[in-house]
Amino acid sequence: MSASLLYGLLYAGGIVFLAGCIVRAVRYSRQPLHLRWEIYPVPHGRTGELKVMVPEILFLKGLWEFNRPMWYVSFPFHFGLYLLAAATALVACTAAAPPALIVVLHQAYSVCGALGGLLALGGALGLLVRRLTVQELRAYSTLGDYLNLLFFSVTLVLLLTGYWLRPAGAPGLLDILRGAATFDTSLRLPPLLAAGIAAGAILLAYIPMTHMSHFIAKYFTYHRVRWDEAANVPGGSIEKRMAEYLMYRPSWAAPHVGATGRTWAEIATASPAKGAAK
Amino acid sequence: MNPAISLSDMSRPDREPLIHLENAGLMPLPPPLEGPAKDHAFAALSGQARERYECGLDDTCALSFPRPKNEEEGKELVGRFLSGLDKLFSRENNWTFLQPLLLTMEHCARCQTCSDACHVFEASGGNELYRPTFRSEIVRRLYFKYVRRGGLLSAWQHGEIDLNWPLVARLAELAYRCNLCRRCAQTCPIGADNGLVAHELRKLFSQEMGIAPKELHDNGSMLQLKVGSSTGMNPEAVKDNIAFIDEDTSEKTGIEVRTPWDVEGADVLLIHNAGEILAWPENPGAFALLLNAAGVSWTMSSELAAYDSINYGLWYDDAQFARVALKHAEAARKLKVKRIVLGECGHAHKALAVVADRILGGDSNVPRVSSLTLLRDIVASGRIEFDPTRNDFPVTLHDPCNVVRLMGVVEPQREILRALCPQFREMEPHGVDNYCCGGGSGFAIMSGHNFPDWRFHVSGRKKLEQVLRAFQNSLDPSIPKYLCAPCSNCKGQFRDMLAYYGLWENHRILYGGLVELMVNAMTAVKPGFIEWEWR
Repeated sequence: MSASLLYGLLYAGGIVFLAGCIVRAVRYSRQPLHLRWEIYPVPHGRTGELKVMVPEILFLKGLWEFNRPMWYVSFPFHFGLYLLAAATALVACTAAAPPALIVVLHQAYSVCGALGGLLALGGALGLLVRRLTVQELRAYSTLGDYLNLLFFSVTLVLLLTGYWLRPAGAPGLLDILRGAATFDTSLRLPPLLAAGIAAGAILLAYIPMTHMSHFIAKYFTYHRVRWDEAANVPGGSIEKRMAEYLMYRPSWAAPHVGATGRTWAEIATASPAKGAAK
Repeated sequence: MNPAISLSDMSRPDREPLIHLENAGLMPLPPPLEGPAKDHAFAALSGQARERYECGLDDTCALSFPRPKNEEEGKELVGRFLSGLDKLFSRENNWTFLQPLLLTMEHCARCQTCSDACHVFEASGGNELYRPTFRSEIVRRLYFKYVRRGGLLSAWQHGEIDLNWPLVARLAELAYRCNLCRRCAQTCPIGADNGLVAHELRKLFSQEMGIAPKELHDNGSMLQLKVGSSTGMNPEAVKDNIAFIDEDTSEKTGIEVRTPWDVEGADVLLIHNAGEILAWPENPGAFALLLNAAGVSWTMSSELAAYDSINYGLWYDDAQFARVALKHAEAARKLKVKRIVLGECGHAHKALAVVADRILGGDSNVPRVSSLTLLRDIVASGRIEFDPTRNDFPVTLHDPCNVVRLMGVVEPQREILRALCPQFREMEPHGVDNYCCGGGSGFAIMSGHNFPDWRFHVSGRKKLEQVLRAFQNSLDPSIPKYLCAPCSNCKGQFRDMLAYYGLWENHRILYGGLVELMVNAMTAVKPGFIEWEWR
């Protein structure tokens, strides 16, 4: 695979991933403000929220508490991905670091990358095995669910073996990053590692198109639903938004709703008997 | 033993129920109900009901929806369902819950973490039909196929589903096999909300197809909006009944009790679930006595619907919900009260204090609070003298889901019980982790066909287990025991379920509200306010 094709895939993967995430986040954030639907306990203040969020994001505390067998495979998978993301960031730091720090950073990203890759691979395979063998998971799994996990597993195997089995003198992660940054087409990558990077780029682009983008959804399900107890204060922004929504004209067909071209405000203030559709 | 069912079974064209419930397959209960033989046999659905209505889901029927006369009618109903499904995901029709619904539709990982949290699923012995994701997964597949207009690629990613009238009919029934307690949503690692899916399905059937249980719609919200209360009481009748309760309470306690009506500028507008007035009159009587004794400036309202805090629309219909909530708020605005205080009714708490908050604009946005906090403040203030030894019997507390997990009022009721009941003991788990009584979301008042059997055997079973465990060391009938349930619907469920299992008759487990315990401990009151008689 030529270096330029690989760089193209890498950039495209990153751009599609970011764009996909942004589109999804914008779509959810533009939904109308719903009626209050919080679930208690609701943490208060930034510190209170962080006390829940940090263990949840880093260690999947909820899963540990409520679904331990799943946690044993889901936690390594997710934590492995965090480590892989950290390794990528460390490689980028290495590229810009003073020479004195390069050795330390090199060791840090090597350890992070290897550990992250192994954990994520173990987790992905564990998740796949559970989906295939546990009846309550298998009954609800679609072909897409299996292929998603297979996609992760294959990509991680390619990346790990490609990196470890690369011939002496072949470019390492730092070289690849520098090559991509400068679009250095002279770089010659071993085929296995190139395949791993290409698969990783495609996987990255694919994630926002699926429910695997739940890291975006989770912000909304927590901050905009479970923890959203913002009260409607007279003259406040919520009241203004509600005034807009109450002018919507629904088309529900049941006679008691009486949605015969009327607004929500008119429907809510009408007697259902008088509001029956003709 | 039931054969394993799958999602595709919902589309089966035959009219046979997908599952049958047998005691041996249900979650075991502790003594004195250990072993399936000690349980009652599950009453069968009549042949006539099976013939006339759509009862192809399980062994009961909540909706009594007539079968279509022919295939054409079935197809037309499917078309109306699809039209409703589209509206559920449109801004104009469903801005009220669109955002959480979309998030739930698009992000469930089907990890089944929620299943273990669901009391219905657990009590049924893990019956697949009652798994929280079973219902949601069908709706999810319909959403991707018909709302998002997904093709083959979508079916590959999200799964396939065959849409026909049997599926729609079963789905309508299945929307009424969930108590909407949202314990499943509390445990979801992603924050998906399968309780919301049941809620939204109910809305689709009601708002688009006019399908809802009679008890909730015709005899519930419609009657309330027409007459003033789902009990059928008009303002004159409710005033008469309250006058009678005042008289009775005065005689019983030795303290003159008078309920103020329509007092302009009062601090508190107290709204009871009107069911209390008819079924448990000692509850409004105790409230009146306590508020008067504590010197609270309060009133009740005789405006249409404002003397009945129920709002069944919360469970199945946004339009009905909004109409009732506005009537409650309007009554408070007219009387110029400082706040609305909600009596012992869980769903009324959540409906008016929480869910209605954003639709109450301008001067209709009168503060709305729980009576439990007011009562706690009264106890803490020392304005009333209590003698806890009068409550020296085992007491446990049932947490109504709508008050704890869905509104966050957890400690006030406990502070009162700790102060006034020396033998108070918690159920496990409790507070925000509580289990529903099994009567939530309208089930307590739904008594068609053999539906009560289902709510005793299945939806109420987990709570029954908790109650029995809380009193396990005092089951002896010589020890009177009090199950405190500060919620009208929960009390209805306990009344029916405890009687069904003979737990008052054989083990002296009585249920009641919180204010009754408070008045029972008041030193100024004649001893014996709690009468230890079944009602």
